[in-house]
Formats: sequence, C-alpha cells, structure tokens
Amino acid sequence: MELDLWAQLPSVLPEIGLTTLAVVVLFADIYGSAATRRNVVVVSAFGMALLALVPLIWQPDPALYENGALLWGGMVNYDPLSQIFKVMLLLAGAVTCLMAAGDKGVGDKGEFYLIVIVATLGGLMMSSAADLILVFVALETLSIPLYMLASFRRGDQRSAESGMKYFLYGAFASAIMLFGFSLLYGFAGTTNLAGIADAISGGLEEGLVAVMTALVMVVVGFGFKISAVPFHFWTPDVYEGAPTPVTAFVSVSSKAASFALLLRFLTAVFPADLAIAGVFIQDFWVNLLVVVSIVSMTLGNVVALRQSNIKRLLAYSSIAQAGYTLIGVVALQGADDSLAVASVSFYMFMYIFTNLLVFGGVILFIAKTDTEEISDMAGLNRRSPWLALFITIGLLSLGGIPPAAGFFGKFFLFQAAVNSNLVGLALIAVTNAIIALYYYLVVIKVMYVDIGPDDDKPIAIPRFYGWSLGITALLVILLGTVAVTPIYDWAALGAAGL
Amino acid sequence: MEATGFSILTAIIFIPIIAGVVILFLDRKNRDLVRGVGVTAASAVLALSLAVFFGYDNYVKTDGGLIEQQAAMLESGVELSGTQMFVDALAFEQRVVWVESLGIAYHVGVDGVSAPMVLLTGMVAVAGVLISWNIEDRLREFMAFFMFLVAGVFGVFIAVDLFMLFFFYELAIFPMYLLIAGWGWVKLREYAAMKLTLYILVGSVFALVGGVAMYFAAGAYFSGSGADVFEAAVAGGLLPADSGPYSWSIVQLTLAAENGAFGIDILGIEGLNFAKFWFPFMFMGFGVLAGVFPFHNWSPDGHVAAPTAVSMIHAGVLMKVGAFAALRSGVQLLPEGADIHLPWMVFLTLINVVYGALIAFRQRDFKYVIGFSSVSHMGLVSMGWATMNLTGMTGAGIQMFSHGAMTALFFGVVGMVYDRSHTRDIPSLGGFMKVMPWVGVAFVIGGLTSMGMPGLSGFIAEFPIFQGMWAASEQITLQLGAFQLSNYYSVIVIISALGIVITAAYVLRVAGQVFFGEFDADRFHDVGNIEMTDRIVLIILGAPLIILGLYPPIMAPMIESGIRPLIALLGGG
Repeated sequence: MELDLWAQLPSVLPEIGLTTLAVVVLFADIYGSAATRRNVVVVSAFGMALLALVPLIWQPDPALYENGALLWGGMVNYDPLSQIFKVMLLLAGAVTCLMAAGDKGVGDKGEFYLIVIVATLGGLMMSSAADLILVFVALETLSIPLYMLASFRRGDQRSAESGMKYFLYGAFASAIMLFGFSLLYGFAGTTNLAGIADAISGGLEEGLVAVMTALVMVVVGFGFKISAVPFHFWTPDVYEGAPTPVTAFVSVSSKAASFALLLRFLTAVFPADLAIAGVFIQDFWVNLLVVVSIVSMTLGNVVALRQSNIKRLLAYSSIAQAGYTLIGVVALQGADDSLAVASVSFYMFMYIFTNLLVFGGVILFIAKTDTEEISDMAGLNRRSPWLALFITIGLLSLGGIPPAAGFFGKFFLFQAAVNSNLVGLALIAVTNAIIALYYYLVVIKVMYVDIGPDDDKPIAIPRFYGWSLGITALLVILLGTVAVTPIYDWAALGAAGL
Repeated sequence: MEATGFSILTAIIFIPIIAGVVILFLDRKNRDLVRGVGVTAASAVLALSLAVFFGYDNYVKTDGGLIEQQAAMLESGVELSGTQMFVDALAFEQRVVWVESLGIAYHVGVDGVSAPMVLLTGMVAVAGVLISWNIEDRLREFMAFFMFLVAGVFGVFIAVDLFMLFFFYELAIFPMYLLIAGWGWVKLREYAAMKLTLYILVGSVFALVGGVAMYFAAGAYFSGSGADVFEAAVAGGLLPADSGPYSWSIVQLTLAAENGAFGIDILGIEGLNFAKFWFPFMFMGFGVLAGVFPFHNWSPDGHVAAPTAVSMIHAGVLMKVGAFAALRSGVQLLPEGADIHLPWMVFLTLINVVYGALIAFRQRDFKYVIGFSSVSHMGLVSMGWATMNLTGMTGAGIQMFSHGAMTALFFGVVGMVYDRSHTRDIPSLGGFMKVMPWVGVAFVIGGLTSMGMPGLSGFIAEFPIFQGMWAASEQITLQLGAFQLSNYYSVIVIISALGIVITAAYVLRVAGQVFFGEFDADRFHDVGNIEMTDRIVLIILGAPLIILGLYPPIMAPMIESGIRPLIALLGGG
C-alpha cells in the first residue's frame, strides 16, 4: 500500500507533538537559565492542553474506520475511540503538571514534567494501537516512566519503596502479559489484533485451552494496570508512598489508557462470533470479568471503609472504581456495543477530572499541613471553605451524586448493564455505590462537621493553583449537567471503530 | 398544553440554585447580605409558586374546560386514555432535550397533584430561611446548602422526565446530609444524618435500576410491536415530534404502561411479570423517603437531629417527595404492579398509622413526638394511594399538603420553644401559653389539624381517605396462594381510626403539658415572646390549614384532576 503521508499524519500528530514537547522540555531544563526552568511547567501544561485540541480539529473519516482501516502499516487505529481517550489523557497530563507545580521536591524539578510527557505519550499510543508489538511498546512507554515517578522523591524511603513495589509488580504483570501475547502470536502467526481473530477462528479445534490461557494472561496484565482485584495489591502501598501529584497521575492515566486498550483488545481479538470447538470465547471472558468486577468493587469498597489515611482510602476507592468501569466492558456482550463503549469512555472522561480534583485538593492539604490522616482534615471547611468545597465536589462525583459528573457516569454504566441482561450485576453495583458513598460522606463530614485543633488557622490557596482546581471543579459539574450530551455522543461513536 | 417557551417552573428551580451559588461567593462576615439574598430568593420562589398554584387552579376550572369535560365524560361512562388525560392536565410545561441519544430531556410541568406541592415547598422555603435567621455558625454555608436542597425538592415535583426526577431526587439528598450533620443537634446529628442518607439512597438507587429496566422495556416495545402506537402518539401530538422510541419521558412511559408494554415476562421466566417484579422496587424505593414501615426508622432520628429549618423542610416537604415519586413512578408507570402489590402493602401503612401514633404517645422529647407523628400521618398518605380510587387518592393528595404545612408548623413551634427554653423534655416544660401566646395558638391549630378536626385541613384530607378505603373494600381482594382475603379494607379503616384517637391523645397531652399547666418562672425567666420573623413563619404555615379547612374547593378539584388519569390507568374504579 502506498503511504499517503499527509492523510495519515493527523492520526499520530498528538504523539509527534508530545515527542517534540519532550525534547523541548529536556533541553530547556538542561541548558535553560533559572527563569526558563521555572517556565517549564507552563510550557508542559499548556503544550499538552493545546495538543488536546488536535484530535478535536482533525476528526477521523467514518468511511475508513468503520471498515477497520488501519494506518501506518497496520499499526495505528484512527477512530473516535482513540481520539476521545487521547484528549482525556492529554488533559490529565496538563492538569497533573499544573497541580505538581508547587510541590517541593517534585514540581520544582524539570525532569518531572519530561517524565509525565513521556508517560502520556505511551498512553496515547495505547489508545490507538492496533498491533501486539505496538501494544506492548506503548504499555512499557507508559509504565516505565510511572515507576520512575513513583520513586521520584529519592530521599524519601516511602517513595523509594513505592517505586520498587510498583516496578516489581509491574514487571511481573508485563511479563505474564507478554507471554500471553506470544501464545497468541504462536497460534495466529500475526501480530495484528484483528488478524489474530481471523486466524484463530479459521479452524483451531485443539487450541481452546491455549487460547483461553493466553486470554487469562492478557487479562492479568490489564488487571494489574487498572488495579482490579486480585491484581490490586500494589495499589494502596504505591498510592500512599508515591508523591501525591504522582499518585494522582498514576490513578488516572494508566487506568484510562488501559481501559481504552482493553475495549479494543477484547472486541478485536475475541469478538462475539469467535468460537473454538463450539465454545464461545466471549462468554468466557465476560464471565471472568463479571467476577473480577464484582470482587473489585466489593473488596475495594469494604476495605476502604476501614482506612484512616486519605491516600489509602482513595487507593481502595480507585480499585472499586475499576470494578464499576468493568461493568461497561462486560456489557459489550449486549446487542448494542455503543452503550457499553460510550459508558466506559464517558466514565473514564469524568473519572479523570474527578480524581484529579480530589487529589488536587488533597495535595494542597498535605503540602500545607504535612499530614495524610483523614481525622486531621477536621474543620477544613472553616480553614479554607473553597478547598473543602472542591474536595467535596470531587468526592460527590466519585460517589455518584448529582450534579457532579459521577451520577451520569454511573448511570450510563448501569444502563449498559441492564441493556445487556446483567440486571444482577447492576443491582450489586448500586449496592456497592451506597457502601462507597458512606466513606466519601465520612470524609465530607470530617471536613464540615468536626472541630479540629487548628480551626482558626486558615489555609491559603495559591492563586494559580486555585484556578486550576476551580476549573477542574467546574468541569466536573459541567460534565454532570450541560456537557453530558456532546461527550456522550462522541463516546458513543467509539463503538463504530471497533 | 404547548411544551414550548420559557416556563415559570424553570425560574422556580434555578432561582434557588443561583442564589445558593451567589451566597457561597459572599463575604461570610456580612451576615445581613447572606440573609438578604436568602430571603429574597425564597420569597421570589414563594411568589412564583403562588402564581403556579393559582394559575393551575384557574386552568383546571376554566381554561378550555378540558378537565371539566373529562370529568363529565367519565361520569357518563366514556373510557378515556389515561396518558391523554395526564398530558392534558399538565400545565406550565417546558421541554429542552438534554441527552438526545438516550431520550433524556429537561422537561418540567405540573399537574393537579404536584401544583399544591410546589406551593407547599415555596411556603416552607420562606419559613425555613426566616426561622434560620439567627444561626450563629457558618450562616453562609447553611443558607447556600438550604437553597440547593430547596431546588432539588422543586425539581422532583415538577419533573415530567423520569431521569430528571432521579437527578433532582439525589441532588436533594446531599445538602440535606450536610445540613443535618453540620448544624443539627450535637448528640445525634452524625448518626442520624448518615442513617437517613443511606436509607434514602438505598431506596432510590434500587428504584433507579427499575427505571432503567422500564426504559428498555418501553423502548423495545415502541420499536417493536408497539411501533404503530408510537407513531400514532407522535402524529397525534401526544408525544413531541422529536422523540424516539427510547425515552425517559414520563408521558411516553405512561403510554407504554397503558398499552401493556410492562406486562411481559422477564428473564424468560413464565409468570414473573415485569410490572409485578419491579413495582416493589419503584414504590418502596421511594416509599423509604415517605417513611413506609419497615423503612421508617431513619425518620424520627433524622427529624430530631436536624436543625429546625431542615426538620421543617424534611418532614414537611421531603417525605412528600417520597410519596409523590412513589405515586408517579410506581403507581402511574406500573399500574398492573400496583393492582397486585398495594393490597398487601396497605397493611404496612396501617402499621405506620397506629404504631407511629403509639410511639409518639410514649415520647418525652417534644421533637420525637412530632417525628413519630409524621410517620403516622404519612402512613395515611400511602394508605390513600392503596385505595386506588378517586376519593381515597384525592384525600391522600390533600393530606400531603395538609400534613406538610402542619408538620412544618409543629417543627417551627418546637424550634421556637427549644431555642428559648433549651430543653425539649415535655414534663419539665409548662405554661408556655402565657409567655409565647403566638406559638401556643399555632400549636393548638396544628394539633387540631392533626386530629382531623372539621374546619381544618386535616379533616378534608383524612375523611376522604377513610371514605375511599371503605369504598375500595368491596373491590379489592388479596390473593394469598389458595387463600382469598376480601373486604379487609373496612377492618383496616376501623383500626386506623384508632390511630386518630391516639393522635388526639398525644396532641392533647403535649398541649396540656407544654403550653398550659404550671410555668416555671425561675427556670425559664429569660423566655420571652417571639420575634417578627418567627411570627411570619407561623402565619405562612398556619393560615393555609385554616383556609383549606374552611374552603376545600381551593385545592380538592385540582388534586382530583391530577388523580383521574391515574384511576384510568389503574383500570377504572
């Protein structure tokens, strides 16, 4: 096939932009004056925010992606699913940079921004990858910077431990996943995702067990990345130990990119009509993920009830959130893919901003008070009404209370589940949502009701930081009210490219 | 009515929201400004809700005479479509598509049942702001959250889109949690606020799943076997031209219900009827907030723990939100389920009435008496729904308004007494009529209303409920396996009349001990009469009780017009 460069360029334009940005940031940090180095944060944040416009300006052509056309030698998908995830990942990177700006030992080092940019690059590639090789390269491009970020405070024992734990677990999960990939390649003789499904379905009667094994191994890898039970053990420790801006970034980017890839991988490699020896592979992974989903949300929520450290609480909450999001993935078994895909994409879209908002508030609280205990947040409403309000909006969104975006997010997931005849799963999920709301409300109660010893010491929000929190909070509210339609409709388009 | 243009109801929702946001941005030390914005917004809302109430009243009685015609046609035995009647009865509509691909719209409108509720909410909003005039701690946040709560409550009453109903229902819960936990009675507030929130949320999310199931069932019906019904409805103007087969519109779901879309078997199980399965989720899910036994437990604690303004809006309005939503999304959308389930649920409401009254009788704490009396009176509302006939359900509609104003008045009285005497222990109070004559008179009026004294609104409400029960007795049979229970509604009436007697006993006891009897001048030497703002509160809440009691036609025909479509959906009666 002849390479029409100009037609194909927009599909990787954000990646090219990020690479350029990374180089600029690297050189500015090494060779720039002190003043230039201070501006690295602005360049990184606004650079990524501008790049987030690229997928909006150059929309993919429906005639191509609906037929499953691939670009760059069959490596890259160019469809709405990849576009929406690229936008959210870029915005997540931008907000992370802004929130890290004032953090001592993290935000004042130029290489922090460089690493965030490279990790985001990996996430972007994951969301559009169409080939096992690129999938793995992208995964590692995302993961390795995250390991580095987790141990970014080199002098701090907890941070070092967190990075080490994350790396060991991560390397192990990657290895298992890679083994799964190699099995798939061995059977199919191709690394192209869609090609694998064609090859397997073409008569492979004796390969059932091996394909299932490969499937399980891949799910293990994804389970690690999205911190689903039983691959969640790293989550609380890493979240607690890593510098808080890093925790915020890890909790959103890696999860969002992995869900994009998971949707694509499962629909492309193990589609609904794929049967080996009369066994429908889709039934198998749906059942597997239903179990993972139920266990994740239940365990995450129940354990979160007992946490006294805010970062650990958010870690368990993020495990539960992964469980909810998996509902959308298993809803792929229904007749209408677009509900399932849209619910996952929308959920991740709003989850990114919600989690960044909560973490943004918590970062400031920790920086000002040097404590991570929930009980020390007592009286925060008196010390800083706006900070308390921002954290509250974020927590409400996580809990699924309108007008915050989480209400629509959860609603779309439940709707997709009911549509796929998973009423039982939906009922379990709503029960879980109640449990979760309890511990979110406890944090809110501590901030608004309890009286702390430092009630008379106000916490000032730096102006710049206040604006970024305020805009994120506004986005969370908008995503739960007037901005639902455009984002949801865009997300629903994503199914067309699968 | 045409669903175009700006509706006064939109202003009613957004004025409190905007006021709440504005208040959050004010300087917290400028208390007068905070109060000023609060009371201005609340008064504006009250004025608009009066306009809605009287505008609707006008609409029922004159505007084209449509409602009157319907009544006459029904009298003469003509069968009318319940959906058509429901649509005809909607006024002040506005519809803006919200999420087009899912058929979610911002759609507001009032019918005969919700118009009085809008008025009630407006009254209690003003009363709540005025009675919170002197809150010391973080007045700004209190006022802002109170405004959000009011907006959420309005939203539920005027929603004509089921999704929007859920949205505002849940929107109301969080501010309420924070108001109770942050400003309530210190001893109980954290426990009570959490308990209340979780109870209500559990109910609502299960109802939400039921709503989703109805949405898909109706959508499947309209795009499948009911496609011609759908097209006819769109062509006939019953549904807006831009609606698709899948929609959250209550009108469209009602149409589906009327045409039997919910009569299907679910999960392919023979005999497991869709409506039969989901009705308990919908009715009980919202019934939790109406305090239906055995899910009433949050209510007394919640009311006692809440600050006065929140108790007022909570017992006065929010419990009605539950009863109203149970009616809208349960009885109206799943009438077949109602036919099966309400005949046994009536026993639960009986427990509400009698057991609530008995416990109220035993309380020493003034506020607990009122809290349990709410459980008892709300039982009458649910009992009214269970009659499934025009008389009884109309009575229940009036009871919602009457009890709302009455109980808000009661909680206002308790708050005023407690603020000045610093105790709610009934035996240690006494003789307050001498020092607080306004409050004493208000309590007596409320008390007489709650006993169902003729001339006050309680009688106008409770009498039709009992009458309706009696009338329903012959028509309703409860099938228990091979066992048939019939004519038991009359027994329930007799027993629940006992509840009224107990009510009279505890009201008289409280009135006697708190407002009459010996005044302990030493202990309560600094108790004085109430301020102007408090008097306004008592007038706003007390006057409607008398007006409605003396002149029921101001509300009764309106509520009847709202109930008639439901009766048609329930299959005559």
